[in-house]
Amino acid sequence: MTSTDGALAGPQQYLRAQQRWRAIEIVFWLSLLLPFVVTPNYLVLASQVAITALFALSLDLILGYAGIVSLGHAAFFGFGAYTAGILSKHGWGEPLTGLLISGFAAGLLGYLMSFIIARFRHLALIMITLGFGFLLLELANSLGWLTGGADGLQGVKTWPLLGMFKFDLWGVTSYWYSLIVLFILFLVCRRLINSPFGLSLRGIRENAVRMRAVGAESRAHLQKIYTISAAIAGIAGALLTQTTDTVSLGVLNFERSADVLVILILGGAGRLYGGIIGAIIFLVARDQFSGINPQYWYFPIGVLLVVVVLFLPNGILGGLAQIVESERWQRWTANLTPWRKKP
Amino acid sequence: MRKVFLGAAAAIAITLGTGPASAQNVKIGVVMSFSGQFADPGAQIDNGIKLYMKQNGDTVAGRKIEIIRKDSGGIAPDVAKRLSQEVIVRDGAQVLAGYDLTPNALAAADVSAQAKTFMVNMNAATSVITTKSPYMARTSFTVWQVNEALGAWAYKNGVRKAYTLVSDFGPGWDGEAAFQKGFKDAGGEIIGQARYPVANLDFTAFVQRAKDSNPDGIYIWVPGGPQPAAIGKAIAERGIDKSKVKVMGQGELTYEEALKSMGDAGLGLITAFHYDYNHQSAKNKAFVTAYNTEFKRNPDMFSVGGYDGMHLIYEALKKTAGKTDADSLIAAAKGMRWESPRGPMSIDPETRDVVQTVYIRRVEKVGGHLVNVDIDKIENVKDPWKARQPK
Repeated sequence: MTSTDGALAGPQQYLRAQQRWRAIEIVFWLSLLLPFVVTPNYLVLASQVAITALFALSLDLILGYAGIVSLGHAAFFGFGAYTAGILSKHGWGEPLTGLLISGFAAGLLGYLMSFIIARFRHLALIMITLGFGFLLLELANSLGWLTGGADGLQGVKTWPLLGMFKFDLWGVTSYWYSLIVLFILFLVCRRLINSPFGLSLRGIRENAVRMRAVGAESRAHLQKIYTISAAIAGIAGALLTQTTDTVSLGVLNFERSADVLVILILGGAGRLYGGIIGAIIFLVARDQFSGINPQYWYFPIGVLLVVVVLFLPNGILGGLAQIVESERWQRWTANLTPWRKKP
Repeated sequence: MRKVFLGAAAAIAITLGTGPASAQNVKIGVVMSFSGQFADPGAQIDNGIKLYMKQNGDTVAGRKIEIIRKDSGGIAPDVAKRLSQEVIVRDGAQVLAGYDLTPNALAAADVSAQAKTFMVNMNAATSVITTKSPYMARTSFTVWQVNEALGAWAYKNGVRKAYTLVSDFGPGWDGEAAFQKGFKDAGGEIIGQARYPVANLDFTAFVQRAKDSNPDGIYIWVPGGPQPAAIGKAIAERGIDKSKVKVMGQGELTYEEALKSMGDAGLGLITAFHYDYNHQSAKNKAFVTAYNTEFKRNPDMFSVGGYDGMHLIYEALKKTAGKTDADSLIAAAKGMRWESPRGPMSIDPETRDVVQTVYIRRVEKVGGHLVNVDIDKIENVKDPWKARQPK
């Protein structure tokens, strides 16, 4: 491969540049520690934000990077949640291994599903994932002896984390736990996306037929990423079970699949941080609006979504990126910070 | 990316806006569905709470009562649990109340037990709920309480062979088990049973099958919504003669809206329940009038759950002279006995569950309207499920 122009010397250099940590990213992750000091009464919410962000991240892998549209991603979230819950109910409440087992179980389910998923695109995918989600929900409802049915699973008791940290009422342990898991899995996703594998996924998203023509087999790639995404969604589900000690049919609901899609689109799909930003904005807005008016809080949420989709069709991050990449902004910041002027 | 950080910081800053108010108030965190599919029951419970506070003032034992409403938005135990946690640690609530749905109530019970907070379950009707926290009392009813009583009543009133038809999910199974237990223990025989899919709206085949097995009683369990009307019509269309075959169910089968859409097809249906706006007592008449003046509609079982729930909290606070620790409040609530719009009721000192009269009602036409008329009553019914659990 020969270099084409000055900025992009070649795919290896491009990927290496992408892998480098930017200052803003480090600041962002450090800012996620702020709730511990600034809003210690909001840690329970913060941990659910982190869990939702992880779930959105898993959807981003398939939707944002591989172009697999899914309206049934809650199936894996719920499968992980129930796996962790059932494990705990039957005497194994150790959180870390529970998390791994749940992720593995959801990944296995995702692998099986991927044989079907990889064969279809677009509308057909929406129907299949939707139907699959409903199937799993109905299954969980009818297997009352295993899942507790409509009443939810009873007797879930998660042991203290590492045998030392109890899951407390204030959510201190919950938030630490969720945040660390989110960060680790984010690192995995970041590495994955900024690898040749990630690049070919984006190629498949843009044009699957042509990818095959250049020698990249798309089906195997799609299966891999779908399995990974399912496993991460399962881990997010298991986190929810472990931090709340409850599981009910709600984890498999269509609304959960739809919400996570909305969150991802709100934040910006195909941008790793999109899901996290989306989850923060969506859940914090929801918490605040429903605190102000418990009956009609959906109204301002709806307005927020319409405004974002109208004015920032690529999500909040997409809109920001557009601003940052615009020439005017470049000139403006260059003037502000002359020392950063590029040669 | 810089803007992103600002956004996150702004989001965090917003959350700083609310803080705890004066420590003198007794804060009651009311967690239930104010939005979504279950918004209407939530609104009725809330109306009950509002009416009670209007009639009895907002100060008890020298302390002002403050209600903090939180929307769990439907079946979402994780949300209900988080909101219950937050309302305690963030808003400083000393009492938890509300809880319209079983999974939500079960999840919040953990919080009540862990945080040692007095909790009043104003609606969720699964028996097991009150066992999950030693600080919880219930002011609604339990599925077992009403349906087992109905089963026994059916046998006493001439039904020998019954057929049961229930919705295929948790509460439906409970209704089925409770009716069958009450009926069989009395000496009756179940000659057939069926469970219909949760979202079913065409009951022709189910009702025909029940009719073909030739029972002298049919028991039906339906949740609210459009199903009661659909079932009521199917029964009339299949030509089941209600003077020969008793068609029975839990109160939801003949709630106000269902009777309106059922029309005369609903005549003769027999249901068992703990409350109806048509219950004839001076106390209830005054309650219904006040409720109509305030909210322009009739109260229902949700309203009375909220109303009596507030009564329990007020009376318990009076007894403890304003002390809000869970041990004092639950001790005060145990054995509490009062006259509610639904009739005499009390809190079982052992199980903290509701003890009340179960009314057997028949749908009749009174003054051109279809209403549930009390035809019999069974007094002082405890939750039978709990009595059978090993202690």
